[in-house]
Amino acid sequence: MSGAEKRDPRTWLVPTILLALAIALPFVAPTYYVQFVSKALIMGILAMSLNLVVGYGGLVSLCHAAFFGIAGYVLALASPKYDPASLWWTLPLAVAASVAAAAAIGALALRTRGIYFIMVTLAFGEMLFFLFHDSKFAGGSDGAFIYNKPSVMLGNITLLNLEKPMAYYFVVLAMLVAVIALLTMIVRSPFGHALAAARDNERRARSLGFPVFRVRLTSFIISGAIAGIAGYFAAAQFGFVAPQMLGWHLSATVLVMVLIGGLRSVAGPLVGALVLIGLEEVLKALTEHWKLAEGLIIILIVLALPNGVRQLLSMVLGSSEENAREVQPSRADAKPVAEAGHG
Amino acid sequence: MADNSPAALRAEGLQKRFGGLIAVSDVSLDVHTGEIHAVIGPNGAGKSTLINLLSGDLTPSAGEIMLNGSDITRFAPDRRARAGLGRSYQKTTIFPQFTAQENVRLAAQAHATSPLKMFGNVTSDKLVNRHTTDALEQAGLASRARIIATHLSHGEQRQLEIAMVLATQPQIILLDEPLAGMGQSEARKVVDLIASLKKGRAVLVVEHDMDAVFELADRLTVMADGHVIASGLPQDVRVDPAVRLAYLGVEEDAA
Repeated sequence: MSGAEKRDPRTWLVPTILLALAIALPFVAPTYYVQFVSKALIMGILAMSLNLVVGYGGLVSLCHAAFFGIAGYVLALASPKYDPASLWWTLPLAVAASVAAAAAIGALALRTRGIYFIMVTLAFGEMLFFLFHDSKFAGGSDGAFIYNKPSVMLGNITLLNLEKPMAYYFVVLAMLVAVIALLTMIVRSPFGHALAAARDNERRARSLGFPVFRVRLTSFIISGAIAGIAGYFAAAQFGFVAPQMLGWHLSATVLVMVLIGGLRSVAGPLVGALVLIGLEEVLKALTEHWKLAEGLIIILIVLALPNGVRQLLSMVLGSSEENAREVQPSRADAKPVAEAGHG
Repeated sequence: MADNSPAALRAEGLQKRFGGLIAVSDVSLDVHTGEIHAVIGPNGAGKSTLINLLSGDLTPSAGEIMLNGSDITRFAPDRRARAGLGRSYQKTTIFPQFTAQENVRLAAQAHATSPLKMFGNVTSDKLVNRHTTDALEQAGLASRARIIATHLSHGEQRQLEIAMVLATQPQIILLDEPLAGMGQSEARKVVDLIASLKKGRAVLVVEHDMDAVFELADRLTVMADGHVIASGLPQDVRVDPAVRLAYLGVEEDAA
């Protein structure tokens, strides 16, 4: 947790190489894969947002798809039928809607603990799902189309044409980097430590003087906002929103990404998202029963590596003291999550 | 003794009811700066409930609690902590996945000027770092600072608890059975540590170890069945007939 003391070259070398590869990708890969990676990165943003509350806050939320979907719906509703909507006001509006939903749900759900928190968030998520599913204003169960990608204009000049897959990819990549930077800052800050302390021992955190409810609510709202950013870009990319975007199925899938990637790092869930989506893509091409195969592989991954794929990575790279320290606590922490999964 | 100075912590007519059970009934006591006030009594006497009432972990059914003359009866635990009240728990209550140093730093951070800053590394606050180092040193854990708390020995974890309390710079310290489950040599260390705490602070300690209590206490309160049955200087309380009865002959009395 106090990583700044010893500067291991691996801590900046690996991310730099990965970023360079990500920047080079659209220049070498076919358009289909550029779009595919955009989608995977967006899911990575969603998974990282969830991990702020799950991994660092110890709060297993099953309604993050709702924050994701609401932002998407805001874009759909705010977009004129034949013209693009401006990103400058639709993105803040979409994120504001997610923030409002996260604040309202968080304020109520965070009064409960453990399995009850999971149930309450699940219930709120489903309420929002059925709100969009059964109402007429946003296309009901059919969903709604977004015919044009948002415009990025300054005066009359188009800064970026998001209809171009490459431009879109770079905007998503920039968002991803910004989200990683933001989450890393939060996790290392006094606020982030207070959040993790409340996860480890809530009673102790409170008796030391930390306002645990406020800390958790703040993290929940930040997390909802980031999920909203992901939802906005997902909706814009697919050109379509449907109630499934808000459903518990997606919430659970994102939770699996977090588990695969590991709970103890900011970027782990991104790895989890890439692994899961990549796996889907490969299996779809191989077999009709890809869902079955995927399920079995996920169970194997989670069982074999309680700390996720990242543990594998640190085993491969050789474990420095820092890595060993990160691995150890997570194993103990994997238990409550697994128990929660049974219930 | 500072009998004429106002009490750092004062409880008046405290009562706690759990359904039909009255765990604490009409308890009044003072804790003064510079002294150790020990609370003893048989199991189920309501000592832990009393500490939880004072720290805010439980809300009293009746009565009031004053901290330096101001009413804190309705304050939540975190607010009481920020007002200068620190406590340890009977069962070790630490952050098991953080190192000893990080545990103490969290305690110091909770009382820093901006404990919930979202930017800047936690290790960059100089004042917090100093309070952390001081508390670790006073508690005798300086050499164990880098160990993850769950790997510390039981005695060290109890020391760590006290270090965490110290790092919050409290004026009043509540210790709930600080010697519970300790071996003799470990207990010796912690008794000396507790004795050093009263300098400039008020200390209330609940403890079963009578040798430690009579060594440490400047003032002694004895509880039984939720009531205070005696309170005063240790040598006076020791010979009090009500206390002897509570500890030796409750059945005789009932028969």
